[in-house]
Amino acid sequence: MTRSKSSITVITGGRIVDQNGERDGDVVIDGDQIVSARENFSVPENASVLDARGCIVAPGFVDLHTHLREPGREDAETIETGSRAAALGGYTAVVAMPNTDPAADTRDVVEFVRAQGERAGLCDVFPSGCITIGRRGELLAPYGELVGAGVRLFTDDGNGVQDPLLMRRAMEYSRGLDMVLAQHCEVAALTKGAVMHEGHCCSELGLPGWPSIAEELMVHRDIELARLTSARIHLLHVSTAGSVELVRRAKADGLPVTAEAAPHHISLTDEQLRGYDPVFKVNPPLRTRVDIEAIIGGLVDGTIDAIATDHAPHPADHKERPLDDAPPGMVGLETALGVCLSILTDAGMSIADVVAAFSWKPAAIAGVGDTHGGPIEAGTAANLVVFDPDATWQVAPATLASRSHNTPYVGRDLRGRARHTVLRGTPTVIDGVAQR
Amino acid sequence: MKHLRSIAEIGADAVLRILDLTDHMVEVNQRPNPKVPALRGRTVCNLFFEDSTRTRLSFETAAKRLSADVMTFTVKDSSVNKGESLRDTIETIAAMGVDAFVIRHKSSGVPWQVSNWTTASIVNGGDGWHAHPTQALIDAYTVRHALGRTGGLDGVRVAIVGDIRHSRVARSNIEVFTALGADVTLVAPPTLLPPTPLAPSTADLDSVIGDIDVLYLLRMQTERIHDAVIPSIREYSTRFALTPERARRLGDHVLVMHPGPMNRGVEIMVDPAEIPGAMITKQVANGVAVRMAVLFDLLASSDALLAGVGVDGEASA
Repeated sequence: MTRSKSSITVITGGRIVDQNGERDGDVVIDGDQIVSARENFSVPENASVLDARGCIVAPGFVDLHTHLREPGREDAETIETGSRAAALGGYTAVVAMPNTDPAADTRDVVEFVRAQGERAGLCDVFPSGCITIGRRGELLAPYGELVGAGVRLFTDDGNGVQDPLLMRRAMEYSRGLDMVLAQHCEVAALTKGAVMHEGHCCSELGLPGWPSIAEELMVHRDIELARLTSARIHLLHVSTAGSVELVRRAKADGLPVTAEAAPHHISLTDEQLRGYDPVFKVNPPLRTRVDIEAIIGGLVDGTIDAIATDHAPHPADHKERPLDDAPPGMVGLETALGVCLSILTDAGMSIADVVAAFSWKPAAIAGVGDTHGGPIEAGTAANLVVFDPDATWQVAPATLASRSHNTPYVGRDLRGRARHTVLRGTPTVIDGVAQR
Repeated sequence: MKHLRSIAEIGADAVLRILDLTDHMVEVNQRPNPKVPALRGRTVCNLFFEDSTRTRLSFETAAKRLSADVMTFTVKDSSVNKGESLRDTIETIAAMGVDAFVIRHKSSGVPWQVSNWTTASIVNGGDGWHAHPTQALIDAYTVRHALGRTGGLDGVRVAIVGDIRHSRVARSNIEVFTALGADVTLVAPPTLLPPTPLAPSTADLDSVIGDIDVLYLLRMQTERIHDAVIPSIREYSTRFALTPERARRLGDHVLVMHPGPMNRGVEIMVDPAEIPGAMITKQVANGVAVRMAVLFDLLASSDALLAGVGVDGEASA
């Protein structure tokens, strides 16, 4: 690209995809806003140009589920390194999970996370808050104070809220506040010591199983509590066919329920554990082909609203522990599009449907639809991604921007890759290279 | 064969090869000087992260009879307790020059992880609930020998009784007996079966006891009652133990096996000495020969394998 002092940036020759459909066009950005999106714009002499030929120009991706590890585990990831990984993956916004140390249950922690995100300047970092103090499942976190600090999504992610009375109270108390309660669905009594999906594979491998029913019981409980309380709930990383069906019925009943699925839950099965490599240990665990097909079906018919990475960095030595002792989780920001795009288009989704699951639908769930998720038209914030849907590539762990390299996709052909990412008018990634 | 991590991984041909080799090793062990130079200059490291005197001594003896040098590390006197990672432990010991690690660990899968960090051969001495392949080879050899067979175990009916879910011995024995053509039935309360049974199963020991050739009893850990998998040890014994009455119904021809150590009064309520088909001491006795065969197969040069050199000649020293 040619850089200049002008504040005008033009994204030329791409195919625009947003909630208004698909069309060819050049996107003109002035400052932090889109000022025009139409065909054959004559580029001013001193404008910056981002070449988008052969590429899709879409609203920037929004990740509902990112573990940035800061504060507390900066050896695994920092807000800066995680933001860089996000930008390289085409994301302009991420929701930072609150399972930090200290946990995000006070205004101080939330404001620290947001400030670190602004300092890094690579994507908008929206802190989430805890459902319960310290994620201990005992006392409600101060939702009012945290909503006042800009928090919109609340979760104890990593833990499900076990106590049904406490969850009922959380839902009741949340009403009237501009917030969504996002549940990590896992009945802990059923997953004690669990390492992988409970099924044939774990039986052979001699590993304690994490049964599907442990997720589905809590999905069911929370859907019914939402019916009772009219609270707005979101279900994190749905991993089983049974959960998809429960959400489908809840939506048919008109309940205010949304759900997300992770790239690894539509691309990898429990068979991956046969080599006992902890890089494939994740919570909820990799499941079966039947579950994968059900989740893809849920994305196709809209039961599942969003793809969310559950980006979970861990240092190499933690992933070299014995499988039962290694922490669960995989990095995912840089590979999400490349993993999901062909799976979802092969299942019949249009590019626009896929972008919806990556961008404006999660933006709406996170409550950031005013600045993220498009549409690409004059007057909206210039948070954009330009991606090549045909780029075929393989991930090289050592080159990941994330501080941790625990990707399960080594050796796998990925298709689709972000080329440029633009955050409020400023390119954070140009031709696959982070700009800061 | 590069590693012995599980029976499934090596397959039936390798199992038969090791059982045949074991016949040679039994012969070696009967000599006045039961020591051969087959593995002279090779180093075997026994790395036991979980205590097991019997298995460790058996491997040590096997390696020494083949003239290998032996190092033994147990977790209580290693730096693992000082926070050293598994990988660092392996790489440090491997740097001293090790041809094979025999590893026992409480976590399933550790032998696979370790084989990423060293070029040495890995012998699984027991990993978590998963596998105990040398025990399975010992048991297969014991049955084959007792039945006077030379090839596989086609048509032999084996019942494995007890805590299948948490048992690496059960998993490896299901694999070895199935690979050799035997028919395996699992007998356990459903709470002690794996989520997906790995062979046909029943909760009724009395229904199978007249139709089997081998009765394989597993050790029942009495702590399991705290996981609410059985109501009480007394109830377990009533339904699943080898009682005097069941022992009588077995008859003389049925082989009775146990990997040890036995819980008398829990899974076995008769004195094994009074059971005609008891194989329990034979299993222990065959342990050294089977482990010699395994180490020989992994570490002897291919020339020695073909010619049988080193097993036929006595050690010169």
